[in-house]
Amino acid sequence: MSAQSVLLNHRRWRAWEPALWLVAFAAPLVLSSHALIVNEIAIVALFAISLDLVLGYTGIVSLGHAAFFGMGAYSAALFAKHVMPDPLVGLAVGIATSTLLGALCSATILRGSDLTRLMVTLGVGLILLELANKLDWLTGGADGLQGVVMGPLLGTFTFGLDGRTAAYYSLVVVLILTLLARRFVQSPMGATLKAIRDNRLRAMAIGIPVNARLAGVYTVAAGMAGAAGALLAQTTGFASLDLFEFHRSADVMLILVVGGTGWLYGGIAGAIVFKLMQDAISAITPQYWTFWLGLFLVVLVMVGRDRLVRPWNWFGKGRAR
Amino acid sequence: MQKRSIIRAAVAAALLGASALALAQDNVFKIGLILPMTGPFASTGKQIEAAAKLYMAQNGASVAGKKVELIVKDDTGTPDVTKRIAQELVVNDKVNVLAGFGLTPLALATAPIATQSKTPLVVMAAATSSITQASPFIVRTSFTLPQAAVGIADWAPKNGIKKVVTLVSDYGPGIDAEKFFKERLQFNGGQVVESLRVPLRNPDFAPFLQKVRDAKPDALFAFVPSGAGAALMKQFSERGLDKAGIRLIGTGDVTDDDILNSMGDVAVGVVTSHHYSAAHPSPVNKKFVEAFTKANGNLRPNFMAVGGYDGMRVIYEALKKTQGKGGGEALLEAMKGQIFESPRGPMFIDAQTRDVVHNIYIRKVEKKDGQLYNVEFDAIRDVKDPGKAK
Amino acid sequence: MLTILFDGIAYGMLLFILAVGLAVTMGLMNFINLAHGAFAMAGGYITVLLMQRLGVPFLVCLPIAFAGSALLGAVLERSLYRPLYHKPHLDQVLFSIGLTFMAVAATDYFMGSTQQIIQLPEWLRGRTELGSGAWMLGMGHYRLFIIAVCAALTIGLQYVLASTRFGSRLRASVDDQRVAAGLGINVNIVFLSTFAFGSGLAGLGGALGAEVLGLDPTFPLKFMIYFLIVVAVGGTSSITGPLLAALLLGIADVAGKYYIPKLGAFIVYSLMIAILIWRPQGLFVRTGAKS
Repeated sequence: MSAQSVLLNHRRWRAWEPALWLVAFAAPLVLSSHALIVNEIAIVALFAISLDLVLGYTGIVSLGHAAFFGMGAYSAALFAKHVMPDPLVGLAVGIATSTLLGALCSATILRGSDLTRLMVTLGVGLILLELANKLDWLTGGADGLQGVVMGPLLGTFTFGLDGRTAAYYSLVVVLILTLLARRFVQSPMGATLKAIRDNRLRAMAIGIPVNARLAGVYTVAAGMAGAAGALLAQTTGFASLDLFEFHRSADVMLILVVGGTGWLYGGIAGAIVFKLMQDAISAITPQYWTFWLGLFLVVLVMVGRDRLVRPWNWFGKGRAR
Repeated sequence: MQKRSIIRAAVAAALLGASALALAQDNVFKIGLILPMTGPFASTGKQIEAAAKLYMAQNGASVAGKKVELIVKDDTGTPDVTKRIAQELVVNDKVNVLAGFGLTPLALATAPIATQSKTPLVVMAAATSSITQASPFIVRTSFTLPQAAVGIADWAPKNGIKKVVTLVSDYGPGIDAEKFFKERLQFNGGQVVESLRVPLRNPDFAPFLQKVRDAKPDALFAFVPSGAGAALMKQFSERGLDKAGIRLIGTGDVTDDDILNSMGDVAVGVVTSHHYSAAHPSPVNKKFVEAFTKANGNLRPNFMAVGGYDGMRVIYEALKKTQGKGGGEALLEAMKGQIFESPRGPMFIDAQTRDVVHNIYIRKVEKKDGQLYNVEFDAIRDVKDPGKAK
Repeated sequence: MLTILFDGIAYGMLLFILAVGLAVTMGLMNFINLAHGAFAMAGGYITVLLMQRLGVPFLVCLPIAFAGSALLGAVLERSLYRPLYHKPHLDQVLFSIGLTFMAVAATDYFMGSTQQIIQLPEWLRGRTELGSGAWMLGMGHYRLFIIAVCAALTIGLQYVLASTRFGSRLRASVDDQRVAAGLGINVNIVFLSTFAFGSGLAGLGGALGAEVLGLDPTFPLKFMIYFLIVVAVGGTSSITGPLLAALLLGIADVAGKYYIPKLGAFIVYSLMIAILIWRPQGLFVRTGAKS
């Protein structure tokens, strides 16, 4: 293999990627009674992918990503309620507002250590939660925003009780955004992000505009998170303060870390594993399922995270990271 | 990479198998009970689940020739999870009734599903007025905050309390309580000198109670969700408010039966208005409390439990009346207008508003047999929800 | 106004005791331990159980809570935490959150999810008021007790750190672990004892805080944010840093809620963000220490 093809190799489509998407699209048809959870998994996967852009590819630890998720959700919901119920326009509005918010907040993550950024992003998320609570004339406060009725998608597909339209809508949006993200991280700009993650000083030394890149990727990630939030608000017809809560940010980080950071499919893998596990365990024990989930996480870390998605490593020594 | 596809296929097959088993059979009547079993409101979920199971144990699992199946699901107190679970219960498990709903946003989020699928939805815990208006299929057996708040607002001015400071948690039911208490108190000639709102996640009441102290009212009206009442009570006395001559009044959530006994002597003398007290002196209630504590390790039932118990009663009686015929709409009709004796006292489901109408009791915390109870000394009969009476 | 200051100081000192273990652990072992709140909860529940079931007096429960949490910390450090020191931070976050979930669910299972209430002894329940009017200083006896205990602990900690051999070993290990090991300091023992001590302090804080902050199975999740704020703002390289940060946050929180109740919750978070943007390494950082 020539040097060029080795370098280009990581950009090629792997055989399992189209297979994964085919199965994903077939799922709402084949498992029609589970279209709802497919929808939920798709939305969470998109949210996790957006976090991967900042966390996995750029090394920014963020515990407040739910701020953009909630922003996108509320904008889409308010747009549908007060302006027009078309889903696609609402989605665009959701993405636009959260991107704007991301651009504003990117000023806060430029300085400091991991812990500092963790706390700052956490603080921003919590402030937004309180804001949404205070502005209850707009957001419905703690009761949530109801009365969001979505118009039919593209004028023909209505959002029904079975959730199939919702699942397909979410899957298509997730696919498009994942492809865009994939293109983004595999571009030269994506390479500079990885350089920043690995060693910021060195990246600065070779002339990469670090602050501009950080702000840029944070804004893009915020927009993607907003898309996920808008999807959630539109497919459930509801937006509540819970979307800004700390546990949303914490959950998505868990999901991403479980699936693996630094490769986009980590978000998808984590979302599938986490959601299915949560659903299955909580059906068995509605009250104590968090215990088993916690145990799973502890065992996962003790055994080695990279082994989850590489089952042939389950027995035998793990590779050195 | 093939291993991943194999694993995925196996998961898909398992899910398919599970969904096949979940197909409803004709002679099973399913109740989907959605409760917050984990998270900050887990104690609500526990009480309601225990009460529902108690009702089934006492009245059998078979009604009108059908086997009654109770499916309990945890929604962690998150509205979109509640909605998804409700949707799955309706579409996959084909439940005949949805029940539970520990908080207002959970019920409101699920309302469209009840309407769309024509499934009756029995609210056993949530207490904001507007819930029953969110869908024509919603029936409530819990209570509304306005009902509880106006009770004490009527009692207070007759007992020397004219100046009041209100302290409520900053969310739907709290704001409802504040509004209706203020209106009724002012109508009765009293005055609310200050309205304080405490963040729901508040770890420390100290600064707010200090403000109350500085305002020197006759009484403090408090509403906090069940659980925080203990901390409030403790800090109330720690701050010397009782010695400064300020009385503590409120809705019964502050003296929740769940934890009342462990609050200690600081709670004695607090006057509240509510629809249920574990010390309600009726034979029906005595039986209920005895059976409940026996089945649940000495846990005392509280107003959440009685909401669950009565909700099950409404469902059972409605099923007996329709004999399982006529689907959701007939079941709903059979729920409206039910009049019966509940452990809380007499109550009925208003046929127009589908909301609960019951007595509101004024009670005082007293020590009986070494335990603390809310002892009722006055009652306002057949209180309709003031939030809708306009 | 003085009363509010007093209340804020009491709250801040309680936060300090709860968070100092976390600060030292993070500075020393570079380990993000989000399960710290679980040790605090353990101390609280030990106290509740001893007082309610066995009738042990409150004052006796406090050292037992400390010892119990310290023991728990030592056991977990040796068995679970030690293999994870060199893992990346994200793994540590995942692990400690998993541990927290397990602790919360287990406590829910064994103790139920209702709030636990402690009955304080009579001599701690009073209140003393000095002065009058706007300058009145109202001191609840329990809060006075908290301040006294925490002040004593702080002085003790500072003494240990500055004047004992163990303290200098600890400070050496925080500054540079490899060099310290190279000098013959048994870093493992230092870690073990520090972690145990930090967890013990958390347990003591949980026991003291049960009266003021409430105690239920979701305690670790509710208060983790506050501990992290104290550690982030105060920095991890000293104990005066977190002390001052805790006091600042306690007073800001209480005063903010008193004077501007509408913005009550915003004050703490905005203050934290402002401080962290101004001084990203925390307010009080020793120059020369590894960040």
